[in-house]
Amino acid sequence: MKITNEIINRHGINQDEYKKIVNLIGKKPNLLELGIFSAMWNEHCSYKSSKKYLKTLPTKNKIVIQGPGENAGIIDIGDNDALVFKIESHNHPSYIEPYQGAATGVGGILRDVFTMGARPIAILNSIHFGNSKHPKTKNLLNGVVSGIGGYGNCMGVPTVGGEVKFDSTYNENILVNAMAVGLVKKNKIFYSKAQGLNKPVIYVGSKTGRDGIHGASMASAEFNEDTDEKKPTVQVGDPFTEKLLLEACLELMKDDSIISIQDMGAAGLTSSSVEMASKGNLGIEINLNKIPCREKRMSPYEMMLSESQERMLLILNSGKENDAKKIFNKWNLDFSIIGKTTDTKNLVLKFDNKEVANLPLSSLSTQVPIYDRAWKKKLVPKKLNYSKSFKTHKIIDSLSKILNTPNNSEKNWVWEQYDSTVMGDTMQKPGGNAAVVRIHGKNKAVALTVDSSAHYCLAHPTTGGKQVVCETWRNLISVGSKPMAITNCLNFGNPEKDIIMGQFVECVDGISQACKYLDFPVVSGNVSFYNETQKNAISPTPTIGGVGLITDINNMITKDFKRIDSCIYVVGKTFGHLYQSEFFREVMGIKGGPPPEINLFNERNNGLTIQNIISQKLVNSVHDISSGGILVALTEMCINSNIGAKIKIPKDSMHENEYLFGEDQSRYLIEVSELNKNKVCQILEKESIYYELIGKTQESFLDLSKDFSISIKDLKKLKSSWFNNYFNEH
Amino acid sequence: MNSSVIVFPGSNCDRDIAVALKKFKFKNKMIWHNDANLPKTDLVVLPGGFSYGDYLRTGCIASKSKIIEDVIKHANKGGLVLGICNGFQILIETGLLPGTLLRNKKLKFISKNIFLKVLNVNNSFCLSYKKKNIITLPIAHNEGNYFVNDRLLKEIEDKNLVAFKYCDEKGNIDEDSNPNGSLNNIAGILSHKKNILGLMPHPERLIDPALSGQDGSLLFQSLLSSN
Repeated sequence: MKITNEIINRHGINQDEYKKIVNLIGKKPNLLELGIFSAMWNEHCSYKSSKKYLKTLPTKNKIVIQGPGENAGIIDIGDNDALVFKIESHNHPSYIEPYQGAATGVGGILRDVFTMGARPIAILNSIHFGNSKHPKTKNLLNGVVSGIGGYGNCMGVPTVGGEVKFDSTYNENILVNAMAVGLVKKNKIFYSKAQGLNKPVIYVGSKTGRDGIHGASMASAEFNEDTDEKKPTVQVGDPFTEKLLLEACLELMKDDSIISIQDMGAAGLTSSSVEMASKGNLGIEINLNKIPCREKRMSPYEMMLSESQERMLLILNSGKENDAKKIFNKWNLDFSIIGKTTDTKNLVLKFDNKEVANLPLSSLSTQVPIYDRAWKKKLVPKKLNYSKSFKTHKIIDSLSKILNTPNNSEKNWVWEQYDSTVMGDTMQKPGGNAAVVRIHGKNKAVALTVDSSAHYCLAHPTTGGKQVVCETWRNLISVGSKPMAITNCLNFGNPEKDIIMGQFVECVDGISQACKYLDFPVVSGNVSFYNETQKNAISPTPTIGGVGLITDINNMITKDFKRIDSCIYVVGKTFGHLYQSEFFREVMGIKGGPPPEINLFNERNNGLTIQNIISQKLVNSVHDISSGGILVALTEMCINSNIGAKIKIPKDSMHENEYLFGEDQSRYLIEVSELNKNKVCQILEKESIYYELIGKTQESFLDLSKDFSISIKDLKKLKSSWFNNYFNEH
Repeated sequence: MNSSVIVFPGSNCDRDIAVALKKFKFKNKMIWHNDANLPKTDLVVLPGGFSYGDYLRTGCIASKSKIIEDVIKHANKGGLVLGICNGFQILIETGLLPGTLLRNKKLKFISKNIFLKVLNVNNSFCLSYKKKNIITLPIAHNEGNYFVNDRLLKEIEDKNLVAFKYCDEKGNIDEDSNPNGSLNNIAGILSHKKNILGLMPHPERLIDPALSGQDGSLLFQSLLSSN
């Protein structure tokens, strides 16, 4: 078959790149080889536009065991326990086929975690949909939520948290980011780096079919009017097989049979074999006739580019093949010796006794092009004078309006479709500041959260990038944990455009600044570009998955008010910043202006002080103040506990709408018993932290001075009304 | 008390139940579905999960496993059998309990804590619920909508074989407190000899004060005290 320009183009490779390929391998590639390049050189696998900036992120400190570059990041949580975690996008497939797209997103991220020897203990996700009135939204939401549940529930791993957001920017490009967290013994971690010559290369798991061919390339291009025709590029998941694969792998990992192991994710057999061999500075030879195939007459091209799910590649110590085979047979999984490691530093593929591909591995790994793309700086938007009409909005009407929106409504409709209690260690379920999962059999726990703030990032990417890291940090602080590390999923439009590239560069800069300041390293992550359809790009949406450690589970705390007659304090200074707030967006319809500023000194100081107060058991409940401001946060503290509050806005402050709905950062609401009041105030004063008393808890009503009084029962109704109406249920 | 937990491909609450049994000092063994014989045991537990991926019909393929013949023998001799969630579905497919479990009324997976009323406390599984008969346990299932024909329904109700019904926090059993559409709010039933219990809620997930409740503990304490 002659390789025409059209064929090259269809593989997402431009003419310059093609010339570089010919140069690197000293020949014109055949179709299979071109397919392999297409799989390895696309944006999704190669990070060619992002690499330059990802390098600027802090990725190390004394708790980091493994930073970016492996299947997942790993941190040390003491007592020979280590936590393995990563977040990854599955945006493009989920828009084309929501159930399977989301399900295989969960499946893929779980494999990344158990590949390293860890048993997955929690799943989280961040999902973004278009405007709730967009004709596709309801179906996409339904499909994605069922897909996430369908896979995680069957695996028996609890889905413990996440976020669900709506905005018209995602009308044609939804986001599905899945995070998995696993637990491993520090001395039993497995890596993907191949070692040793002539070691058997083993294929285990499901058979290879024709699904998902070129999936990674599809995820590296914008959508157009033909998107609906791309269904065949979406993989189909089978969580049952994955559960068997998990148990079989963990069983095999008990001894020392495995030299290295890598799951077949994006770009399937191609990327797994290339990564393992090139990391070990070896060559690899594969006999494609040995690949277990689901369909007859599959070509080498299809086998190498299939993204069929639930497959793994292992390199075993010689002589361990039979014992390993027994384990996989017991679990009814395919096990096939497909090749060996070599010293050629080439990828050699054989089929029907012929060599069908031979490529230097370096051309697929270290020599992938890296781009320094043009980008544009975004200035901080001006604070335009807003009309004084904001004063005319009644507080209770504004609160009702904000709570009755898809973004601020209670998400039980979503959470209840996920098994959040299997494995018997879930201490805080979805809906709190952060999820909390106990380390099995121990007195410690991990706090987990996923956050994003696309509105802030769009308004000013650097500030937005900082803010989302701080939001994550604050959520982890608020449950009584010590923030440890993050994983990030960077969702953006087409990086070939300078505005989009600018959003990326500056968001990463913001993330980097905050992470460095807070000693909050990035240990894993993924970049998803080309979330763009017919010139409409999504708002920049970096999603941060954060992990914190609670060394004594008795120090865990929730946001629910605990008793009446306690004092309620706002910790951190309120300035009344309304630009980019829920109040402006949902009540006033104002979209412009800068996001709230982040002061990293205050962020850290306030956070560490709250941490100290929690560890001394001086507070009954803690909630960070974020989207919606003080009043929305107060509402959330009342709802589950059925305890209300009597609030009085401090004198001489700004207008009450600014005070109650402003989204100034680094603030917390705390509930303190009369008994501990003085101690808490002393600590806050000693650390020079601004705080003010705003009221006291009381029975079953939320009262605001003379303005309004609403029962917690009615608040609950308000908070749950939007989702219930949307699906016309309950 | 000796117990045996059967592990099927796709079981995923097998560890949770083993942890619970250990906590209450059962001498427990994990039994692979493909084994031919049960060890000497007082209690057999069929755990929750997605045995065989729920393919064909929930519990159906597992009910044809090699070990099931021995489980049926054990049950017929009066031995105790507990089926939780998928285990309940398997018990129904084996014919050890009557009826069927349909998809939830709203066709969605439901995972949440619900209230249950314990209606029969005179059996090995529920003795300890004499002191507390409105309890909280988590459910997590897609097919928990209990259905049976009128004649059998009358029979299990008349003979007091319904162990648990979904209710509200005050114990009212009505449509509002029925999460999945089960007939008469049925959440768990007993066999005629009351040696077999199948239930959708997960007692093994609420045995620890650190997880905000321990109403599940009473079930295990009942079993121990019945011995």
